[in-house]
Amino acid sequence: MRYVEEFRDPVAAKAVLLAIEALVEEIGATAEKPVHIMEICGGHTHAIFRYGLDRLTPKGIEFIHGPGCPVCVLPMSRIDECVEIAERREVIFCTFGDAMRVPGTRKSLLQAKADGADIRMVYSPLDALEIARRNPEREVVFFGLGFETTTPSTALSIQQAAREGLGNFSVFCNHITVPPPIKALLDDPHMVLDGFVGPGHVSMVIGTHPYDFIAETYGKPIVVAGFEPLDLLQSVLMVLRQIRDGRAEVENQYARVVPEHGNPVSLAAIADVYEPRPTFEWRGLGEIDASGLRIRGKYAAFDAEEKFSVGYGAGPRIVAEPEGCACGQVMTGRIKPTGCPQYGTGCTPEMPLGALMVSSEGACAAYYQYGATDDTLEAAE
Amino acid sequence: MNMSTPIKPARLRGDRVTMAHGGGGKAMRDLIEEIFTDVFLPPGSEDQARLTSDALREPGAQLAFTTDSFVVSPPEFPGGDIGKIAVCGTVNDLAVGGAKPLWLSAAFIIEEGCEFALLRRIVASMQAEAEKAGVRIVTGDTKVVERGAADKVFVTTSGVGVIPAGRDMRADNIRAGDVALVNGVLGDHGATILAARGDMALSTDIQSDCQSLNTLIEAVLEAAPNTRAARDATRGGVASALNEMAEAAGVQIEIDETALPLRPEVKGVCEVLGLDPLYLANEGTLVLFVPPDEAEAALAAMQGVEAGRNATAIGRAKIGVAGRVTMSTLFGGQRLVDTLVGEQLPRIC
Amino acid sequence: MCLGIPGQIIEITDADRLMAMADISGVRREVSVACVATPNLNDLLGEWALIHVGFAMSVIDADEAEKTLEALRGLGEAQETLEAMAEGTAALEGAQ
Repeated sequence: MRYVEEFRDPVAAKAVLLAIEALVEEIGATAEKPVHIMEICGGHTHAIFRYGLDRLTPKGIEFIHGPGCPVCVLPMSRIDECVEIAERREVIFCTFGDAMRVPGTRKSLLQAKADGADIRMVYSPLDALEIARRNPEREVVFFGLGFETTTPSTALSIQQAAREGLGNFSVFCNHITVPPPIKALLDDPHMVLDGFVGPGHVSMVIGTHPYDFIAETYGKPIVVAGFEPLDLLQSVLMVLRQIRDGRAEVENQYARVVPEHGNPVSLAAIADVYEPRPTFEWRGLGEIDASGLRIRGKYAAFDAEEKFSVGYGAGPRIVAEPEGCACGQVMTGRIKPTGCPQYGTGCTPEMPLGALMVSSEGACAAYYQYGATDDTLEAAE
Repeated sequence: MNMSTPIKPARLRGDRVTMAHGGGGKAMRDLIEEIFTDVFLPPGSEDQARLTSDALREPGAQLAFTTDSFVVSPPEFPGGDIGKIAVCGTVNDLAVGGAKPLWLSAAFIIEEGCEFALLRRIVASMQAEAEKAGVRIVTGDTKVVERGAADKVFVTTSGVGVIPAGRDMRADNIRAGDVALVNGVLGDHGATILAARGDMALSTDIQSDCQSLNTLIEAVLEAAPNTRAARDATRGGVASALNEMAEAAGVQIEIDETALPLRPEVKGVCEVLGLDPLYLANEGTLVLFVPPDEAEAALAAMQGVEAGRNATAIGRAKIGVAGRVTMSTLFGGQRLVDTLVGEQLPRIC
Repeated sequence: MCLGIPGQIIEITDADRLMAMADISGVRREVSVACVATPNLNDLLGEWALIHVGFAMSVIDADEAEKTLEALRGLGEAQETLEAMAEGTAALEGAQ
């Protein structure tokens, strides 16, 4: 077994789709009165459109695309701070490719690179560590970005740098956590949600219990899901079954990868290196309490915010989002990407205004790239 | 051809190019003669090539002329080098338009510090590929720039060929119902270069598909004389070639995800870096449209030559919405295959 | 979010730094196995792990994978039964 193709089997998918159809009918969900299922994770959003699952599932299911794309929720001010750090002559700024095109107030990292900043795309923070070892005369800064899935990798890299005494390595920490924004969304009176498809790779780190409040306090079903199309379809089916039965539980469709209690080594590394910030700004969602992480004092030498005096330590910074950008409303499911007046006109993948158009996981980019709203796709069939 | 040339005493000093080699003096002449013209040109050739061709005298024949620059980094990679690509790329640009390629020029921008040995290897592989493709490199130029102003070596080739009378392979010939064929697996070159650059620390056994396609195209045209149009799927991959063709012909092109020929390693690179193989560059892969009744013959002709062993049908043109490319997914879903925005960047989310 | 892909651990490359070679569809990349390390690292050889940004994050549980596939197959069989019943009914109706 290679754990990929088996979960992309179209024959098996057909059976799940038929079961989903039957269940949607049994529940009585229709296009006018659909069940609203939020896939929290941007990876799921991408997979839904990549495999055309939105068109294959019945009209009685409406997917709401959640805030789980770390690039999309990154506020502009943080990109500005990245550019500020990256433009220092002594700095080699290392980042995942995802962040390169996100617009800042002045420029994106891609533009900063064109203007002469030494910005390098890497696949892993380990690669940034290696760059730091090879360039002892330069300051190597890694743009730590992502949810709990990615947090252990930067925590372990900081621990490794500390062990080696690699004084020229630091992390610009923008790690965020999944549960607080979900709670914020559930507390939003405008939000209509019947259930969740939970983030599989975040959960392999934190386990399934951090979602207990969704079922227990808010009475909503959640199924932690894998990323292959069959995983997603099966998870949707499991959510629908809970809805039909009137249950609200945390279920785990992705048990081959997600242990109930997460990964102890990863959790220990996170706890050792990071602590919650009192509050962190999310693009479109505003400040959310205890939703971001910062590097603990004992690792201050590896904290780019400390080293370069930028970020939350450096005083209040209010940066307005670009005018007319409705990323926040899209992210909270209040409007569809196409409901934004800028969609496809003032905001396109070529000239993104808001972050949801930048990352391929962003709902707007996925709509645009895969023609999600294009009825002619079906009409032409 | 240098084999038959009498061996002259080596005059180039040192093992690297210096600014002196671009200065117009003796050092430059030594560089040009020893590394370039001794390989490309017969002895006694002049700077200006003077050429005749019987093919051009045929009534209705057209001259085809094209140019392309090559800046690939690293300059050597599994399956080829910048020289081989510079020949294949221009030969293919001519061939997909229906031209029989005849002559190439080659201009080199060389970074000071570039090793002679690298230049020799590049020139040798250019000559070998030119001979294989049946074209001659008849003129050229070199310039030397300061360190940092180029990445070892950049190559520009221009090519001249002849389109025989009656041959028309413009993309707007494509009609609804035509079948889309590719000559081989997709994305090998792009995946090879990504791995060879080393930034992502990936290692694979994939090789660039870098190859000349003129023989293959002539074979197809013989077997399927009504072949409509062809494009080489270089930068931007098959997706970009298809989008250009859909737009030019005013048709919709629908491809089938399950029919796309992809090596597992290319899929692996794409899964790791979050890339779409449809947008990965190729250097010896083309998309070709043929009328349905000639599709089988065209496929068989492709499969009969080395560059087309893995040839297969990937989709078809239909009336649909003009200029659009769509893909029926594994599950029978439909999605848009849009033109690439900017460059595909590796991603983690 | 969080692109992760199954890879097989094929070699321990640096036991002290907990590094190993992973094979992902024929693509090899050195990854950290810190998160999934066992007392004897060689126990990891041949295991499949979920790889994310150069780290093996979780060893894939083959039994759980089989259970998931089993549940999916069960749906397929149930569907076939339903279809067979529907065909049977249609045949009966047709016969009347």
